[in-house]
Amino acid sequence: MARKPESRPNVSKDELLKYYRDMLLIRRFEEKAGQLYGMGLIGGFCHLYIGQEAVVVGLEAASKEGDKRITSYRDHGHMLACGMDAKGVMAELTGRIGGYSKGKGGSMHMFSKERHFYGGHGIVGAQVPLGAGLAFADKYLGNDNVTFTYFGDGAANQGQVYETYNMAELWDLPVVFVIENNQYAMGTSMKRATKSETLYGRGVAYGIPGEQVDGMDVLAVKAAGEKAVAHCRAGKGPYILEMMTYRYRGHSMSDPAKYRTREEVEKIKTEKDCIEHVRDLLTQGGLASDEELKAIDKEIKALVNEAAEFSKESPEPPLDELWTDIYA
Amino acid sequence: MATQVLMPALSPTMEEGTLAKWLVKEGDAVKSGQIIAEIETDKATMEFEAVDEGTVGKILVAEGTAGVKVNTPIAVLVEEGETVSDAPAPAAVSAAAEKGEAPAAVAAAPVAAPPAPVQAAKGWPHSDVPEGVPTRTMTVREALREAMAEEMRADASVFLMGEEVGEYQGAYKISQGLLDEFGPKRVVDTPITEIGFAGIATGASWGGLRPIVEFMTFNFAMQAIDHIINSAAKTLYMSGGQMGSPMVFRGPNGAAARVGAQHSQDFAAWYAAIPGLRVCMPYTAADAKGLLKSAIRDPNPVVFLENEILYGRSFEVPAEGDFTIPFGKASILREGADVTLVSFGIGVSHALAAAEDLAKEGIQAEVINLRTLRPIDYDTVLASVQKTNRCVTVEEGFPVGSIGDHLASTIMQRAFDYLDAPVITCTGKDVPMPYAANLEKLALITPAEIVAAVKSVCYR
Repeated sequence: MARKPESRPNVSKDELLKYYRDMLLIRRFEEKAGQLYGMGLIGGFCHLYIGQEAVVVGLEAASKEGDKRITSYRDHGHMLACGMDAKGVMAELTGRIGGYSKGKGGSMHMFSKERHFYGGHGIVGAQVPLGAGLAFADKYLGNDNVTFTYFGDGAANQGQVYETYNMAELWDLPVVFVIENNQYAMGTSMKRATKSETLYGRGVAYGIPGEQVDGMDVLAVKAAGEKAVAHCRAGKGPYILEMMTYRYRGHSMSDPAKYRTREEVEKIKTEKDCIEHVRDLLTQGGLASDEELKAIDKEIKALVNEAAEFSKESPEPPLDELWTDIYA
Repeated sequence: MATQVLMPALSPTMEEGTLAKWLVKEGDAVKSGQIIAEIETDKATMEFEAVDEGTVGKILVAEGTAGVKVNTPIAVLVEEGETVSDAPAPAAVSAAAEKGEAPAAVAAAPVAAPPAPVQAAKGWPHSDVPEGVPTRTMTVREALREAMAEEMRADASVFLMGEEVGEYQGAYKISQGLLDEFGPKRVVDTPITEIGFAGIATGASWGGLRPIVEFMTFNFAMQAIDHIINSAAKTLYMSGGQMGSPMVFRGPNGAAARVGAQHSQDFAAWYAAIPGLRVCMPYTAADAKGLLKSAIRDPNPVVFLENEILYGRSFEVPAEGDFTIPFGKASILREGADVTLVSFGIGVSHALAAAEDLAKEGIQAEVINLRTLRPIDYDTVLASVQKTNRCVTVEEGFPVGSIGDHLASTIMQRAFDYLDAPVITCTGKDVPMPYAANLEKLALITPAEIVAAVKSVCYR
């Protein structure tokens, strides 16, 4: 591991096990989704989150009940991390009635009001003002909820992001802007898209504080998340977290990823993997045995298989669903 | 248990591919996530990763094989101590088979034969105001302000947001006085940032509020149209009914006077094309008040298209009570037996002027004010056409893909046998709006053009 042992924080076994389990669920779920895509059971676009799991799991650990989240089309991890049911997510991917949107949304468009997950948006950057709007509503209603608004380094170049920064700071909206900087906007590396050295630094122009975070380290993510959330809940307005992360797979299933070398990907996988990191903390610290972790692996595998089975068995939506949910 | 590795689909359109290269051989141990083969799709050469762990027991498809169908078993993975013979016989299930038969086409709405004659619309809500109620005269501007103020008093979750709506009292003074009554929390001045505040308002509608977004003009809403359509109109459907967007996008639409091409466009047909939106386009002050109150209460996103020239015109509006107009109910502003004129918004004033002129020549025109363009009150239009057997549509927008085009096609499909002449669509000209006074006049629809169209369908 590239991380220094002294960076190991004082954290309980249960906490680490929860992160391990939650991140592993996302990874195994996504691998299974890739497999079902390969079998033709999932159609269209499918953007996998593999590699970035620490970002959502760490930030969920910094949130409280009532907080909201909204993201782009690379959204499966966010849904699993906030407690949405793997079966319902997978069945949406296969376009079945048991999916969160009854099969009418697909991979990019899922919602759960119950879990305060507001999508799942396919237009790059559009979720940023939408997330600030959720925060606007919370401030208007006078509660202390915070909205986590996720977007990528690609979306960070959309104009509406900066329109939103301006108003979010102007009105002190309780929104944490989470830039998941996985370093590639589809096939365009960050240095081919901007001369900015950091993305969080762009907040300075609007008076929004922020910082860069090791997004491959779930504990660093959680700590930064707590700081950002405290800022928002104190009524001080928005905060920007630039999560330095990496996606192992292509942009979507049909991306051969020729814009980066296999060595680059392998290096991150071996040196920075977020799940291996927590696994090492658990085993090297003597907190958990291999058997204990294997049991979790097995449990997650069973859960994912169950979700996959459900997503195959759940029927396609009845044909009259074509005409429902257009108007409330 | 041995597991089969199947030929994967690696793009939305892939049905078969070439197994270009194996990166493992029989007997190799494979880890989950390891790249085991390269596969050429219709788009690119892709690396193929193993999902399951195991040992490559047998390679079933040799590298270099082209035309390998998706889901064909290409290798078998075995667990420690297992042999290939333990593997289940190949029984790849095709995606199509698992999904079942393709669904039969949903029957389209009947379009062929003319249905039974539609009942003619009589009386409220097909009149401008309910019969016999006391009314008072007010401008469209006052009617819009009253509608917002009444709804904001009734529901604390309603708020107004836009450029210059507060301290400036509204670029067109529609929101005059609202800041004083409701304060800056509910009358929110924004920077000049249409896509930003349209997105924020849409998010706020998901968070439990009922935003009214004022665009200084709908020309500027083109900056924000992504949120109106992709975010507000589609979310209820995309969420399987979980989340709607109860909100109003309102502001002046269409030509004002001498403001040039970028500030003079009628967007009625654009928004009317979008499922999930409701679209209102009032003509009278009663329309403005009754429809805006309904729009604010509606659980769906409403595009509310006003008109700068109409803002200062006065009409009768019910003086008392909670006056609302239901969506999808056209009003008949003038009855006539010879020809049906269908219009909306400021087009109605041209249609009424034309009807006045036509009456002098003995042609009695029925003038229908659609009020809402989504839903459209087809029944009222069809009933009138069944009576008059002739129809001319009137609107300010561009001719291609106009509301008139849609009505003409609907009338042809549902009342063909009643028509004594083709439907004529009177629209603005197919040009960007010119600035020069004489050219602008030519570009806009005029009562004289409507009169000429009516004479044509009446063969006069």
